[in-house]
Amino acid sequence: MAPIIVFGPLLASAFAGLFGNYIGHRAAQIVTTATVVLSAILSWIVFFDVTMGGNTYTIQVLQWMSVGDFDVSWAIKIDNLSAVMLVVVNTVSSLVHIYSWGYMSHDPHRARFFSYLSLFTFAMLALVTADNFLQLFFGWEGVGLASYLLIGFWYKKKSANDAAIKAFVTNRVGDFGFALGIMAIFSVFGSVNFETVFSAISNNELVTVAGSTLAVPAQDAALSFFGMSFNAIELIAFLLFIGAMGKSAQFFLHVWLPDAMEGPTPVSALIHAATMVTAGVFLVCRSFEIYELAPAASAVVTVIGAITALFAATVGLAQNDIKRVVAYSTCSQLGYMFFAAGLGLYSAAMFHLFTHAFFKALLFLGCGAVIHGLHDEQDMRKMGGLYKMMPMTWVLMLIGTLALTGVGLPPFTLFGMELGGFGFAGFYSKDMIIEEAFMMGQEGLFFGLPAFWIGVVAALLTSFYSWRLIFMTFHGSFRGKQDDYDHAHDSNWVMTGPLVLLAIGAVFAGAFFKDSFVGKDAFNFWGDALPAGPYAEGNYPEYADGYPGTSEYADVAHATDDHAAPTSDAASDDHATDTHADAGHGEAVADAGHGDEEHHGGHHPPAWVLWAPFIVTWTGFFAAIWFYLVKEGMGARIAARGGPLHSFLSNKWYFDEIYHFIFVRGAKGLGDLFWKIGDVRIIDGWGPNGVAGTTLAFAKRMAKAQSGYLYHYAFVMLIGVVGLLLWAQVSAGGQ
Amino acid sequence: MTADMLSQDLSLLIPELLLAGGAMALLMLGVFMKGEGANKLVQWLAVVLLAGAGLASLFLVTGEGQAFDGGFIFDGLARFSKVAIGVVAAIALLLAMPYLKAEKLGKIEYSVLMTLAVTGMFMMVSANDLISMYMGIELQSLSLYVLAAFNRDSLRASEAGLKYFVLGALSSGLLLYGSSLVYGFAGATGFNEIAIAVQSGPSVGLTFGLVFVICGLAFKVSAAPFHMWTPDVYEGAPTPVTAFFATAPKMAAIVLLARVLIEPFGGMVEQWRDVIWIVAVLSMGIGAFGALTQTNIKRLMAYSSISNMGYALVAIASASQTGLWALLVYMILYMIGVIGSFGAILSMRTREGMVEQISDLAGIAQRNPGLGWSITALMFSIGGLPFMVGFFGKFFVVFAAVQEGMLILAVLAVLFSVVGAAYYLRVVKTVWFDEGEVEFVPAAVSVYWVTRLAGLATVLLLPVIGWLVFRAYSVGLATL
Repeated sequence: MAPIIVFGPLLASAFAGLFGNYIGHRAAQIVTTATVVLSAILSWIVFFDVTMGGNTYTIQVLQWMSVGDFDVSWAIKIDNLSAVMLVVVNTVSSLVHIYSWGYMSHDPHRARFFSYLSLFTFAMLALVTADNFLQLFFGWEGVGLASYLLIGFWYKKKSANDAAIKAFVTNRVGDFGFALGIMAIFSVFGSVNFETVFSAISNNELVTVAGSTLAVPAQDAALSFFGMSFNAIELIAFLLFIGAMGKSAQFFLHVWLPDAMEGPTPVSALIHAATMVTAGVFLVCRSFEIYELAPAASAVVTVIGAITALFAATVGLAQNDIKRVVAYSTCSQLGYMFFAAGLGLYSAAMFHLFTHAFFKALLFLGCGAVIHGLHDEQDMRKMGGLYKMMPMTWVLMLIGTLALTGVGLPPFTLFGMELGGFGFAGFYSKDMIIEEAFMMGQEGLFFGLPAFWIGVVAALLTSFYSWRLIFMTFHGSFRGKQDDYDHAHDSNWVMTGPLVLLAIGAVFAGAFFKDSFVGKDAFNFWGDALPAGPYAEGNYPEYADGYPGTSEYADVAHATDDHAAPTSDAASDDHATDTHADAGHGEAVADAGHGDEEHHGGHHPPAWVLWAPFIVTWTGFFAAIWFYLVKEGMGARIAARGGPLHSFLSNKWYFDEIYHFIFVRGAKGLGDLFWKIGDVRIIDGWGPNGVAGTTLAFAKRMAKAQSGYLYHYAFVMLIGVVGLLLWAQVSAGGQ
Repeated sequence: MTADMLSQDLSLLIPELLLAGGAMALLMLGVFMKGEGANKLVQWLAVVLLAGAGLASLFLVTGEGQAFDGGFIFDGLARFSKVAIGVVAAIALLLAMPYLKAEKLGKIEYSVLMTLAVTGMFMMVSANDLISMYMGIELQSLSLYVLAAFNRDSLRASEAGLKYFVLGALSSGLLLYGSSLVYGFAGATGFNEIAIAVQSGPSVGLTFGLVFVICGLAFKVSAAPFHMWTPDVYEGAPTPVTAFFATAPKMAAIVLLARVLIEPFGGMVEQWRDVIWIVAVLSMGIGAFGALTQTNIKRLMAYSSISNMGYALVAIASASQTGLWALLVYMILYMIGVIGSFGAILSMRTREGMVEQISDLAGIAQRNPGLGWSITALMFSIGGLPFMVGFFGKFFVVFAAVQEGMLILAVLAVLFSVVGAAYYLRVVKTVWFDEGEVEFVPAAVSVYWVTRLAGLATVLLLPVIGWLVFRAYSVGLATL
């Protein structure tokens, strides 16, 4: 089953790509879509099999390379984490495939498009089912390639080409870090296999770092980098995160994501919202054993994630391109996932990844429906009042927005009744992250409290820009050409159907899966793949008993709670002093114990923390109403005034300008130098062209010597005789 | 000399006797028979005779040894060369038959002269004495002078023949002068005696004599700087004659040169190696560079053969057993490539007559794929591109040179082969990618098959060559 899930899309892609011209668009569409839908169905089966039945396994497909100690196999690793990713990837991918039937129906190169989509799906599946870092890297590069191809799908458009190159180059920066990370892993552990590496780390096995002969405990291994010595695990965690930053568009390396909206909208939904950009989060979660023991690198993850969440949200306020708003929103939500992962809330990060996939894909596809309905108009300033013309799209977008902004009612007690505690998908996952960030901050984890406050502020901004999008698009008066408005229409069922399915996910995925991902079933749900998280451990310690995994975590979780505990001796000597204080987790233990007595009371944050996201969400909502409905046109006036804050935001903090100044110009100058001087003048001039020119000149001169006169020939012969005689004498004399 | 010894001596000479007697018989037959049929008969008999002589040296000559007081030697080297020369000469005559008929040159003298020339070549590869060496060379050369000018109504052919004759006479003079010096300083003309004299210590006189002899033989193999005649004669002579020139005589002369240098003058390796070194480098260089600007394919083949003789000389310069192996393998592969290429050139006949410009081949692969593929394979093979057999020939030669520590020579050989590849590839490019509409008339059966088989051989012989290289490699390793 697993091989079909993974390789089916590859075959379909090859089929559609190679024979697209012969079999026609329709056949290519059918083959790719059917395969991916099949993959999706099988993925759900695997998902329930793994998370309910605990049936995890790894299939070794073939040996990939074996050089000396470097031995890598191609494998399909099915465990709880990859099962979740399989479901996310294949579900969204199959819906996007179907949606594209409608969206791309007028494109003459549909076969190529579907081939790329399936290729992407395969690469993403290879990524999530990897059982070693190298295969993960293969998938990583594969999705990068597919992303490049799809962003630049309309390659005749210069902006699309530029965006594709930008995405590719920016990702190279991250991938460089990732590759270095993998090399560091190999040089420390002599293997890139997940199991080997992670067990070496958590058991603190003796390792011999390449280039040294001394075996040291894994957690004390040191690597030198730029002449400085670093703790090997910290360095590896940091380098891997550089890779994650590039792929997941985190602060500094985020610049490509908004531009990637040049690609067709289904691509944005699939790659740049639901799946590929979450690969970074997946990487961090997959390597959580490393991050557990890398407090400093985790702190970096937290800080970068939090900054991204805030930064992208602020930029989202001032964008007018409907897709860019959603793109910045994605960027911001990825920030949430990262700071959660940085704080050790891996299950919460995965939960948000899961729900986000549904509602963000929904929003993107909804945007696509709007764009499609308005004949490729993307500027929200030229929209308005569309709810009358596209009621279906309007409702679906509303659902997506409610899910994104995390609308819901926190639990409260009124007249002795426990009420609330329900909402849209984002309510569960995002509020979980915000609340747990607060708790981690309480425990003294570095940047926990700032992350909490940033999370709250970002939620406010998220609410504002999301409603701004809805109001500018669907409400008020239409600001574009009347003709466009008259022809605006809802999409046909091919495009609406997937939206409805995603909307169902956006509404219920949170409520339905909350217990599994972070709640009382989390121990069972994640098995060995991820720690259940402090929320589950704090509130439902009794469920940890039923923890099916073999499990160091189960025992440990019960005994001392903390997932870092297997290494507690190491923690006690050098990590205890770190900012990512294991002592903090120690408090969580106390907390948990406390919780047992009061029954579910212990791990609950104060009520104001629970209500804070609720309040800011509604604040943002009303602010948006005020700005865009009550005082319609106020936003436009602010923009027109061009105040410094607005320019700063609408120019995305001037990142593109700064990067252009620092990197692009320099690189271009260097490139010009190498091209005009280095290549054309030196290499070509002295190399191929020079040699060829000299050779030809020489040949011409020789042809001239071939005069045809007999006496010339005889003369040459005699000169030859004399020369050879002299040569023989000279060389013999020399001996 | 007893009859017993005589018959023993003569048994080593069976191929030469066959050829010499056969040539006389064919001459008589031609003179006394009349009509078109006579010529045809003589030609076919000559083909049989040439191939038969080659095969006779393989099968009829059972023993090995020296005859006539050491004036004649029959050993493995001679046997191998004679088979090769006999067969390739027969093929060359096969190629010539349709051409001669079409150009109205069908005279019995052609066959007789070729037979006589081959007799000379057989003598050359079996020479074990300066006198028999000279006799062989002259017999060969005189026949070839006439063949070069065989189309006596053509100005260019006559000019070619005359040039060849004059310069050939000059080279014979050099050879004779060198021989006399050697005789003077060694006190004998027999190779066995010279070898003994050389053992006792080289002298300046011997060195001078040897250099003159080398010069005379270098002319025969058209090695630089004695190559000047080659392009003109190749271009001027009738094409089948050129095909013959480029193959059998080269084989005979290079084997003779190798024998002279390694047997009698083996003790003077240090003296002659530098001379051969410089001649080899000059040949490879001039062959490579000179061909670049050529537009006539026969001139191109002339430079190609100059360059290829350079590689053969590299093999001789290594003066080892591996070197000899390499030389023989290289020459065989070279002859296959060249005879096939000339087959292709002989296919270049339009309704108006023969054409010889490279540009006439433009786009021929589209109109005549078989010819196109054959030319491609042959050019790749002569040029030494992997993985045609020619590549292994060159590889083998360079290997022998490296084994003897002649790294500079090896590097130069490779570099010049890069330059050479340019013009072989230019032909291939013309054949496949240029636009042209020259239509060739269908080639004669023999021409057709020689071209195709030679083209195929460049690929099909790979296993054989692989085995040979492997053999030589292990032999070479054993001597290390």
